[in-house]
Amino acid sequence: MLHIPCPYCGPRDETEFHYGAGANIFYPDPASATDEEWSKFVFIRENPKGWHAERWVHSAGCRRWFNVWRNTITHEFGPTYKPFTEQPKRPV
Amino acid sequence: MSNVTFKFDGVDYVGQAGDSLATALLRNGVLHFTDSTYRDRPRGIMSLWIDEPNALVNIDSGAGEPMVQATTVEITDGLVARSLSGIGDLPDTRDLSRYDRAYRYADVLVVGAGLAGLAEAKKYADQGKTVIIMDDKPEVGGHAQQCGETIPPELLSALTRKNVLHLQRTTVIGTYDQGYAVAVERRTDHINSKVSTDVARIRTWHVRAEHTVLATGAFQRPLVFANNDRPGIMLSHAGATYVERGVTMFKTAVVITVDNQGYTDAIRLHKSGVRVLAIVDVRKKLSKASNKSARKPAAKLGIRIIKGATALDTNGTLDGILSSVVINDPKSGLRETISTDLLAISGGWTPTVHLATYIGIKPTWSKKRAAFIVRSKVKSISTVGMLAGDFEEYEPAVFFGPKLDDTQGLVAYVDHQRDATLRDLRRAVGAGMISIEHVKRYTAIGTAHDQGKTSGTLTMGLIGNLVGLEPDEIGSLTFRPPYIAVPFAALAGRERGLHTEPIRTTSIHPWHVAAGAPMEDVGQWKRPWFFPKPGEDLHSAVLRECRAARNGVAVMDASTLGKIDIQGKDAGAFLDQVYTNMFSTLKVGMSRYGLMCGVDGMVFDDGVTTRLGENHWLMTTTTGGAAKVMDWLEEWLQTEWPHLEVFCTSVTEQIATVAIVGPKSRELLALLSPSLEVSKEGFAFMENKYGDVAGIPARIARISFSGELAYEINVCAWYGLELWNKVMELGAALDVTPYGTESLHVLRAEKGFVIVGQETDGTQTPQDLDMDWIVSKKKDDFIGKRSFNRADTSRSDRHQLVGLLPETWEYVIPEGSYFAEVQHKGATPPIPHIGYVTSSYFSGELNRSFALALVHNGRARIGERVAIGNETAVITEPIFVDKENVRRDG
Ligand SMILES: [Zn+2]
Repeated sequence: MLHIPCPYCGPRDETEFHYGAGANIFYPDPASATDEEWSKFVFIRENPKGWHAERWVHSAGCRRWFNVWRNTITHEFGPTYKPFTEQPKRPV
Repeated sequence: MSNVTFKFDGVDYVGQAGDSLATALLRNGVLHFTDSTYRDRPRGIMSLWIDEPNALVNIDSGAGEPMVQATTVEITDGLVARSLSGIGDLPDTRDLSRYDRAYRYADVLVVGAGLAGLAEAKKYADQGKTVIIMDDKPEVGGHAQQCGETIPPELLSALTRKNVLHLQRTTVIGTYDQGYAVAVERRTDHINSKVSTDVARIRTWHVRAEHTVLATGAFQRPLVFANNDRPGIMLSHAGATYVERGVTMFKTAVVITVDNQGYTDAIRLHKSGVRVLAIVDVRKKLSKASNKSARKPAAKLGIRIIKGATALDTNGTLDGILSSVVINDPKSGLRETISTDLLAISGGWTPTVHLATYIGIKPTWSKKRAAFIVRSKVKSISTVGMLAGDFEEYEPAVFFGPKLDDTQGLVAYVDHQRDATLRDLRRAVGAGMISIEHVKRYTAIGTAHDQGKTSGTLTMGLIGNLVGLEPDEIGSLTFRPPYIAVPFAALAGRERGLHTEPIRTTSIHPWHVAAGAPMEDVGQWKRPWFFPKPGEDLHSAVLRECRAARNGVAVMDASTLGKIDIQGKDAGAFLDQVYTNMFSTLKVGMSRYGLMCGVDGMVFDDGVTTRLGENHWLMTTTTGGAAKVMDWLEEWLQTEWPHLEVFCTSVTEQIATVAIVGPKSRELLALLSPSLEVSKEGFAFMENKYGDVAGIPARIARISFSGELAYEINVCAWYGLELWNKVMELGAALDVTPYGTESLHVLRAEKGFVIVGQETDGTQTPQDLDMDWIVSKKKDDFIGKRSFNRADTSRSDRHQLVGLLPETWEYVIPEGSYFAEVQHKGATPPIPHIGYVTSSYFSGELNRSFALALVHNGRARIGERVAIGNETAVITEPIFVDKENVRRDG
């Protein structure tokens, strides 16, 4: 079980959270988005081996969404960042 | 030492307190323990602990256990055990023991309380860290304890410090990411053989540690030769330990060894009074150090030492018990047969790498030790002791067994529990398999109860010998938790029976129970399914309940609907985005049905939302979808539209809702609330009014999920039961009829109202459900809108919602049935299907069966006939009752 660093509550067990897939996927302007751009937004997500910026929501805690770097190989967590704040550098 | 009496295979025995069942049986002269699973080979106890492949027992006393190793069972008065031939069976009685769970955070978790683990625990304890040290054996000290050595007192005293939690009989069964470990502590079986209902029999520990030290030690490895599985053949460390513990049946012993451990154990046997006839050392030449530390002390005792030789075969008695061993001297080519009671084998060490591999650390092959060892490079995990390779190196490099011909290979056992032999391995390699993963599946080696604890490395070494590769070139040892077999009850803890999952009930629930209504599980909610009168079954009760709703008045507990209070100046604009239809234009005091889609345009949830005030709304969701919708709203508010001033609060449990349904519901409402304006003109469809209902402050909404005139009376949840009782009391004159979820489903299906999750599975657009009318054409955007223009969602031949009328009028098509075009009636599959049934009932109103279905290009097929097996049905519009919507006004 992961130990996830909620930026509001501190580290908590994974069972308190829901996963929200990749971070920084922006809602395209539906009026001007081509079919391809739109389907990319709806269906396509990265699945990298290594560091991945992703979203989590602390659903059984503060109920707040946040972003965090996580290493998909080691499950190590990097820095967290709140929505609409600058993304910290990819950890090494 | 006090005596303990126990029963094994129906015979009474006396053992000594502290004995394992294996020790006690050996002390009583039980050598032939059981017969093997597949080949009925006589088998005896081979090892000391959980690596034991032969001595499986079923425990019948106390809580019972279907399959455990006799080497791990501590005897107590009244213990009843029986031997198993490799396969156990689950008891059919309920285990009444208590099981529990504990959680701990620590700076350091040390797994294993042998000398290496103890030293680590002391080191960290000295630094002031909080330390948890867990060990699976009854006593502290690992190998040193088993060999009767003294444990340094300063290591033992460190265990009693305040910052140290020390647990024996506690097996770490799994290690996971970020210092997480799960362990099971056996707390009562060693004290008595009774069911433990007050003290937890097993406590499951969940530990999170900053640093983990793995000091899991090693198991001794057997050697492979013909007939190496007879009772009387043991690992040398086990044999010597049993003899030291008072087992007297072995008068003579021969030791076969590849390392100095064989000498150590030979000396231990000798000192305990066993005549050691020979030490047969595979090595031709010993190093100076080994000569001094191993050979000389043994020679001094007069023990015969045969170098450069090994065991080829054994002979047995008529019962298959070991009688002699055949050894060879490769130099002279001569063979010698030595009669002996005990054949003690020392084939090197296999470090217990399991916990390391669980967290993805790959063991490395140490050629000098002929073993997979783990030296962790991960900073939060360290490995010490034998696991890290802290044991003697061989000289020269080791081997795994003598050259045996195929006849010998047929009885040279590699995995005792699976009865897998050297010949099986040769066949696997002959069939082209080299990878351990393939060989394992082909031979079943390592897949039994012991999970290859003795056979794993042995197999890799033997394959390596056959194909000329090092074991690490064949694959790596990967294991998966749990490390030992764990009773489900231990993992469940107290979450059994009624406590398996939270049960949610409404405030009116006690009435439903008293009325004898069978319950239906809807998510975690218990909802009354139907309210049978004496002699009624589901069918007749539902007919009666629906008749009341269509012709009189019926009442339902609708409190389980999800309810979200939404406030803020932008709430209207927000709802316009999350629903497909318009909400911001709704007048205060009015309700509107809304449909939500995902960004993919697929229906996600639905419900009625009411504008309670200018900036105050109450959303209802499906009973099962409430939490999901709440998460969804928060996601959009927090991650897409933070500029919107909107606040969402779950109020599902705060409000009780009683729906009164049917043409006489207006009359009933007037009885309940005489001052309320209830006329058709004065209380419009979808309108909300506040008032006293039977003296309880209430919000009354004129909403219908059946097509009939209906009202939902909403009160503070505490008043739910009181309101219900009043409805039943005042409604008696109108023969008010309570109804459950089954009638609810029939009534809404007759009217063609969909249930999200029944008519939908996440692949239906509103248009597919014939609900184009609810998709706003005016709004610039809402969640899912853009997806309706995708080629796949906008094509006209998708699966669409239709009605079905079976041509056999009373035939209720099973829900989920697939059907085909009518020419396939009665045909033998495979036949192409065109759709499936989502809801299907018998309707009293229609006096026939009917169904809703999703059909490929369904709308264009209305009027066509379809075949469901030998039955047929006609496709219709998905509405069966009151197409003109006149009934809702009463
Ligand atoms: Zn939080």
